[in-house]
Amino acid sequence: MAYTEDDLEKELATKEYKYGFYTDIESETFPVGLNEDIVRAISKKKEEPEWMTEWRIEAFRYWQTLEEPEWANVHYEKPDFQNISYYSAPSKKPKYDSLDEVDPELLDTFKRLGISIDEQKKLAGVAVDVVMDSVSVTTTFKKTLAEKGIIFCSISEAIKEHPELVKKYIGTVVPKKDNFYAALNSAVFSDGSFCYIPKGVRCPMELSTYFRINQAGTGQFERTLVVADEGSYVSYLEGCTAPSRDENQLHAAVVELIALDDAEIKYSTVQNWYPGNDEGKGGVYNFVTKRGLCEKNAKISWTQVETGSAVTWKYPSCVLKGDNSIGEFYSIAVTNNFQQADTGTKMIHLGKNTKSTIISKGISAGQSQNSYRGLVQINSRAENARNFSQCDSLLMGNKCGAHTFPYIEAKNKSAKVEHEATTSKIGEDQIFYCNQRGIDTEKAIALIVNGFSKEVLNKLPMEFAVEAQKLLEISLEGSVG
Amino acid sequence: MLEIKNLNAGIEDKDILKGIDLKVNAGEVHAIMGPNGSGKSTLSSVIAGKEEYEVNGGDIIFEGESMLELDAEERAHKGVFLSFQYPVEIPGVSVTNFIKTAINETRKAKGLEDMPASDMLKMIREKSELLEIDRKFLSRSLNEGFSGGEKKRNEIFQMAMLEPKLAILDETDSGLDIDALRIVSNGVNKLRSKDNAVVVITHYQRLLEYIVPDFVHVLVDGKIVKSGGKELALELEEKGYDWVKAELTA
Repeated sequence: MAYTEDDLEKELATKEYKYGFYTDIESETFPVGLNEDIVRAISKKKEEPEWMTEWRIEAFRYWQTLEEPEWANVHYEKPDFQNISYYSAPSKKPKYDSLDEVDPELLDTFKRLGISIDEQKKLAGVAVDVVMDSVSVTTTFKKTLAEKGIIFCSISEAIKEHPELVKKYIGTVVPKKDNFYAALNSAVFSDGSFCYIPKGVRCPMELSTYFRINQAGTGQFERTLVVADEGSYVSYLEGCTAPSRDENQLHAAVVELIALDDAEIKYSTVQNWYPGNDEGKGGVYNFVTKRGLCEKNAKISWTQVETGSAVTWKYPSCVLKGDNSIGEFYSIAVTNNFQQADTGTKMIHLGKNTKSTIISKGISAGQSQNSYRGLVQINSRAENARNFSQCDSLLMGNKCGAHTFPYIEAKNKSAKVEHEATTSKIGEDQIFYCNQRGIDTEKAIALIVNGFSKEVLNKLPMEFAVEAQKLLEISLEGSVG
Repeated sequence: MLEIKNLNAGIEDKDILKGIDLKVNAGEVHAIMGPNGSGKSTLSSVIAGKEEYEVNGGDIIFEGESMLELDAEERAHKGVFLSFQYPVEIPGVSVTNFIKTAINETRKAKGLEDMPASDMLKMIREKSELLEIDRKFLSRSLNEGFSGGEKKRNEIFQMAMLEPKLAILDETDSGLDIDALRIVSNGVNKLRSKDNAVVVITHYQRLLEYIVPDFVHVLVDGKIVKSGGKELALELEEKGYDWVKAELTA
């Protein structure tokens, strides 16, 4: 094809535009809106290699052909994707060698959240990779981990330092064309965590990441990739808190777990995004795609305590590809006031003798709507697959709703699938009984809720379980119906 | 200790208690007997402070102070204990965890620190031996899947742990076989002292053979119509409640 003057003009125009644009991106927050230039700019800002940029562009182009899904049992005003800024970095330096260099205001915020990094550093067995508004601010315990060959860093760093690993695994469990939000995330993800456990290594500490939305009007698109090589083990903790905010914020993360032969990944989440005020105004939209792949004899456990967000759309899933692999899902989802949650899991049995367990506890209060949606799929070659599902709902008051949508598809006659479901209500009689023993109503509800959630709380690592219990109490304060 | 003056109470416009007068001193055991629907359980609920009941007149004075304005948990903190006729289930909360919470919340209300774990364990051991309770039972979910006897024994165990000043036993004998009745009654008797008082609410005289009252009151249609010593219970057993009713109309 001949290169015409027109083409040259076009190229120059674009370059000029690009140049102008790049001047613009020197500011810490991108202008609102989404187009290929923004996607390229994100990639450039993160100093990514060409293949990553192309990967993002491909995802973006696919995303443009998609419609936002509407099948979930949630109702909300759809975000205007052209009215969101897709990148925001904390001011001052993007990288820090020590805590002294970190913005003191940032450290203060952490202290108020009760996650002082100083303390965290001292906490035995916990390494913290703090993600604040898209850019990793500080990474601790890296050396200890490095001695074992464990890589635990931000995904941007991993793209630069370990491109062969990222390239090999990213998008293999959640393809960039998986769904509307996953495609969006693939195009614009700003940062997140990467973790690689080498063959046969048992990670000596819980790996922990705290996510937080800080700057108003900034969507947050985290990308997490955890790879456990053959025979390795890792326990990964993810915790979220967000400050009060009036406008809606979009959070569309993607988490991919890969457990190779004989490996085990335990992934625990405590999610406490801003749920909106008690009139249902504001709050975070949490549209997350989390999925894990199990190879032979591998095991993945998802444990989640979800108390925040105005709208939650989240189904941490397991693809049980290898024979004898195991998938587990333990969940507590609390909704209060006008919160809406549609959450559950998918267990896809492909290998022989694969096993999955689903324990879901939904707690609804106020005028909230809480739905469990789960799929258990036994494919034709999955001989002797087993699943046990238990979905319990607890209602407080008369204005909330609990819904259960279990889907079971069994294509192999040897499959054994069990499903149990219960719905109960915190009764006045239970409250009075506790009151009579000197326990006030708030405490009584906390006690009843903790009892209801015990099977799941027990699955969390100790320090997380304590935090989760506190969260349950806080999120149900004033919800006596 | 407890003085009830001309108590009128009901639920949703329905009058149930129509002028109750009752005085209970420390060290005494009172039995309140009456036919079904006479207001026995309402009386115990109103004393304990159950919200759905309206007090329309009179007063409940405990240790010199009116309790009417107090919430149920505040009454509990002052030393009022109600053994429920139908104890409720709380799944996932062990008996031990529940009683620990109850004790520590009561201590907190009094400005005290939590009871040290070692003291708590020691107390649990002592009281469970006193009431012939297998300690495995204490790690089960509160009242979930308990037999009638286990539920009532659990109530008395909690009473032993909380050491109330005033214990109201609402139909504690219902649903008990003779062995369970004996164990529960022995427990109550062991906990009796000159400093506390017990109000036994029962339909039948049977329980009073084990927990011997100092006074017996007969409740009919929301009023105490007859009071006497323990022999009154025997007379009621023999002649039936119709006898009291007949006497009233005569």
